[in-house]
Amino acid sequence: MVVAFAIIRRRSLIATAMLSSFFSLLMAGTFVLLDAVDVAFAEAAVGAGITTVLMLSALALTSSVEVQPLKSNWLALVLTIATAGVLFYGVSDLPAFGDAAAPAQRHVAPRYLEMAEFETGIPNVVTSVLASYRGFDTFGELTVVLTAGIGVMLLMTPGVRRRRNQKETDEDAT
Amino acid sequence: MAFLGTYNYWIFITLMMIGLYIVIVRGNLVKKIIGLNIFQSSVFLFFISVGKVSDGTAPIILHDGGEAIYSNPLPHVLILTAIVVAVSTSALALALIVRIHESYGTLQEELIHEAERAP
Amino acid sequence: MMTSQHLILRVVSKILIPLILLFALYVQFHGESGPGGGFQAGVIFAAAFILYALVFGPENTRRVAPEWALSTLMATGILLYLGTGAASFLFGANFLEYGVLGADFVAGQLLGIFLVELGVGITVAAVMITIYLAFAERQG
Repeated sequence: MVVAFAIIRRRSLIATAMLSSFFSLLMAGTFVLLDAVDVAFAEAAVGAGITTVLMLSALALTSSVEVQPLKSNWLALVLTIATAGVLFYGVSDLPAFGDAAAPAQRHVAPRYLEMAEFETGIPNVVTSVLASYRGFDTFGELTVVLTAGIGVMLLMTPGVRRRRNQKETDEDAT
Repeated sequence: MAFLGTYNYWIFITLMMIGLYIVIVRGNLVKKIIGLNIFQSSVFLFFISVGKVSDGTAPIILHDGGEAIYSNPLPHVLILTAIVVAVSTSALALALIVRIHESYGTLQEELIHEAERAP
Repeated sequence: MMTSQHLILRVVSKILIPLILLFALYVQFHGESGPGGGFQAGVIFAAAFILYALVFGPENTRRVAPEWALSTLMATGILLYLGTGAASFLFGANFLEYGVLGADFVAGQLLGIFLVELGVGITVAAVMITIYLAFAERQG
């Protein structure tokens, strides 16, 4: 269901930004079906909302028309298919979809599900794992977000550039 | 039939390969970012589908007395943070792209290389 | 970004923005018992500001969210997280071990998780607004 639509996305132009927003919305729906309501929430807000707005404002700052590349794509196609083949080979050993006895389901997850509410008093296990059991992880992720914000600020704030140009003209004047 | 039981991985591989193909073939830098986003989404889908348990429900403990099967909360946590990190990193990438466009006047990779070679 | 002169857009977004902000706060503080949490709430909170900036222009948004306030909030959120983690040192526990913060273990966990999620929400919202405004002001 996701695949069929994803193929359409290879059209050029600004429409891809809208298509990727649609793609995110579909992903969010898929996450609900897969019982990941928290993730679906984040994906709907982030992917369908913020990313699209950022993409469109970036396109408004640059050119929105794509020049078609002239080189042939055969090598890339062969490479992609070869990688897919390797992945299909690797995947054939993995446990079936929805298997409750899969190794991923048996390691720490039952401990979280049984004890999380008792230990933290919070019914949403995702929140308690996020903030308590794996708090250090989340701290790291938050640092990444902060760093990205600072990076964008440094790259994009017009003031920085203006000040530097100002200084250059001052130096020229003297 | 075990072959059909893993169809979630097929979807993930197909999406991942579409993303990879876009990243390799398209010269436009914005298109490359979109390709990377698809690639990322496929990894998200992989994690979430690994955490799914048949007949399970969302991992929010119910209080109506009945025993319920819950899906694995751990991948949800990892992907939740990953999504927000993904949007910040793509914002950073877009900021870099805007600066590249200001310096070179184009977003095509080949044209940027040409401009680099020219003095 | 063009400041829109469309009456309908302005009126509808004026009605919608408080609702979005309220919903973000609900997601933030109800995240413990339903789907939601700091990351989602921060993004939704930022979405309200971005809607405002889209309709009324970044200059007006800057009056609500000046640069110094946003950068302070960005740091405040992560320091709140860090401070919550460090506060458990004072009670003789490990970093981010909130059990000791409250009267008993569960109360401490609740307080710790609440503070940490608040920190996450503040930082994410401030970063997202900053990123959007940086892009929008570039066009001006």
